[in-house]
Amino acid sequence: MAASTSIRPGRRAWLTGYIYRPEVRQAVYQVVLLAALAFVVIWVVNNVAENLRRQNIASGFDFLGRTSGFDVSQSLIEYSNLSTYGRAFWVGLLNTVLVAVLGIVAATAIGFVVGIARLSSNWLIARLATAYVEIVRNLPLLLQLFFWYFAVLKNLPSPRQSYVLPGGATFNVRGLYLPAPVPQPGFEAVAIAFAAGLLLAIAVWRWARRRQSLTGQRFPVFWTALLAVVGLPLAAFFAAGSPLGFDYPVLRGFNFEGGIPVLPELIALLLGLSMYTASFIAEIVRAGILGVPKGQTEAAQALGLSRGQSLRLVVIPQAARIIIPPLTSQYLNLTKNSSLAVAIGYPDFVSVFTGTVLNQTGQAVEVILITMGVFLTLSLVTALCMNWFNRRMALVDR
Amino acid sequence: MESNAMTHLARGAFLAAAALIAMPSAASAQQKTLDAVKQRGQLVCGVNVGLAGFGAADDKGIWTGLDVDYCKAIAVAVLGDANKVRYVPTTTKERFTALQSRELDVLARNTTWTIARDSSLGLSFAGVNYYDGQGFIVKKSANLKTGKQLAGATVCVQTGTTTELNLADFFRSNSLQYKPLVFEKLDEALRAYAADRCDSFTTDASGLYSVRLQMAKPDDHVVLPDIISKEPLGPVVRQDDFQWFTIVKWVHFALLNAEEAGVTQANVDQMLASANPDIKRLLGKEGDFGKGLGLDNDWAYRIVKQVGNYGEVFERNVGADSRIKIDRGLNRLWNKGGLQYAPPIR
Repeated sequence: MAASTSIRPGRRAWLTGYIYRPEVRQAVYQVVLLAALAFVVIWVVNNVAENLRRQNIASGFDFLGRTSGFDVSQSLIEYSNLSTYGRAFWVGLLNTVLVAVLGIVAATAIGFVVGIARLSSNWLIARLATAYVEIVRNLPLLLQLFFWYFAVLKNLPSPRQSYVLPGGATFNVRGLYLPAPVPQPGFEAVAIAFAAGLLLAIAVWRWARRRQSLTGQRFPVFWTALLAVVGLPLAAFFAAGSPLGFDYPVLRGFNFEGGIPVLPELIALLLGLSMYTASFIAEIVRAGILGVPKGQTEAAQALGLSRGQSLRLVVIPQAARIIIPPLTSQYLNLTKNSSLAVAIGYPDFVSVFTGTVLNQTGQAVEVILITMGVFLTLSLVTALCMNWFNRRMALVDR
Repeated sequence: MESNAMTHLARGAFLAAAALIAMPSAASAQQKTLDAVKQRGQLVCGVNVGLAGFGAADDKGIWTGLDVDYCKAIAVAVLGDANKVRYVPTTTKERFTALQSRELDVLARNTTWTIARDSSLGLSFAGVNYYDGQGFIVKKSANLKTGKQLAGATVCVQTGTTTELNLADFFRSNSLQYKPLVFEKLDEALRAYAADRCDSFTTDASGLYSVRLQMAKPDDHVVLPDIISKEPLGPVVRQDDFQWFTIVKWVHFALLNAEEAGVTQANVDQMLASANPDIKRLLGKEGDFGKGLGLDNDWAYRIVKQVGNYGEVFERNVGADSRIKIDRGLNRLWNKGGLQYAPPIR
């Protein structure tokens, strides 16, 4: 007893001292918050499961293994109505990724051209670019998609009266049918030549860079690399006796068969998405270029750099730092906006999975959860790539 | 900027979440649908966003259609007034979630009764108010006689229905190739069909006739004779309320029994004096069957008085007296060569 009373004041002082240490209190708060959060999550999950069970609504992810029984108009992987819902998931996902990737490339290209055109000293070009940005940016995207889809569709001929394009492609209301290249024996040589050309180009680039930093002498790297990457495979192609056949689209019954079909829905969606997003990118690019002080260009010219060199080595690297972060959000917007595809019949993820699969299985909670997971993942991956790129372009402090 | 499809998605997510997370309060109190409707003084009825003959609003916002008349009949039976209905237009995608999450009291929206929907959605079909089947509409210029000639064709279809599955089954069982083109909304699917993007549009035959009327030149289009599926359409309720299920079921049966007994909107008042025991029981002059349902005894009288019998509802909305002019076919009464049969009121 006596011993404990004699110890207590000391221990209490130590204990209160410990509690009042800021880092200890912070840790305690965080643990409490985390526990509360975990409790809420568990409560919600339990509640959902319990309610589903009580309402006699099927739950779980078993449905992904069941036969889907429906068809999809465009699939990048093997798929039929005998495939599973899980397979349909990948079909939809790949279709969305296809639109997102092609859309991002096209939107960036158009956006950069228009953005630079707005800064042009040519009055007409600058005004045209301004008009493009102001019109396209200010109309709802869904409206633009309908415009591209139905305006274009109305003016295309029926399969029987298709436009025949040079090179054996045909274009009609059912889509654009490209001849499909079919490699024949001997085509491997071309592939090998391409790989060799690529390696050669990299080697030349590295050698030229070292030589320039040692001697100051410059070497036309770009043209050499182009020659290696394009010229070498071309030479191999002709040397091997043009080992490439084509599978041409042929009209059979209602539709063309064979070749590579490009759906009008895909064309309309790409046009709509990339033109719309490009109008935002154009403004970002313009802001980026204007954000580099004029003194930088003047200093570069004073150093004797040519106009092209000063743009490439001085202005663009600095403008990129301003452009990349907002560009990332435009890429994310484009990916998310691609879900409007459902309105014009393109089989994207939302149409295939959140549409048909959801309706056939009735498992709304699971399907919506997966859909949210998919878009979150796509967005995070895009953001991750762009952040990496941004770090590479960032100003290096020396 | 965060597009419409996203809001649509968000709505689906919200409905699902609302249904399942916020439910404990609803589940523990578990108010009966009948009491809820009476307390509200209004029936909330899920209908089609716009299918002529079944559920469509005119330019003044007045709803008409076969399914709409079912909403009215239920409102009359429960509340005594055919106008005490709030119509909620639902898309194919959101209809079941809306019902599950108690946004609706009943879903009368040309919905096909299947085992999957009866067993895994927590919902029950209260009857079949229209026996339908899936068919094809094609351009007359294509000169087709049967569905089997559609080999290699592109077929437009609306998503979120049993239609996609039937379509795949039809072509698979006939070993034919085809290309589906799936749209979320009927309007876009029809515009694509009109623009010749697809060779045919497919949906339930009843829908095809109403779709044909919407075309610029209805005579340029024909409905093929093939019926590729069974589509029993009917009103749907939640599985957890047996009393409400029984009411909706018997509203349907009352409409059929009235037709069978020859009781019409015009003669129902004279029929009150009828000596026929079947009619006496139907109109509440004998027995107290209304009480068992939790309704007034003259519930069926009110239905016929304000809405009419099944035959009148049919002819007015989709049959001879309508613009669509669908033959009654399978929807004739059982004693006239059709499938419509109701258990007796006794």
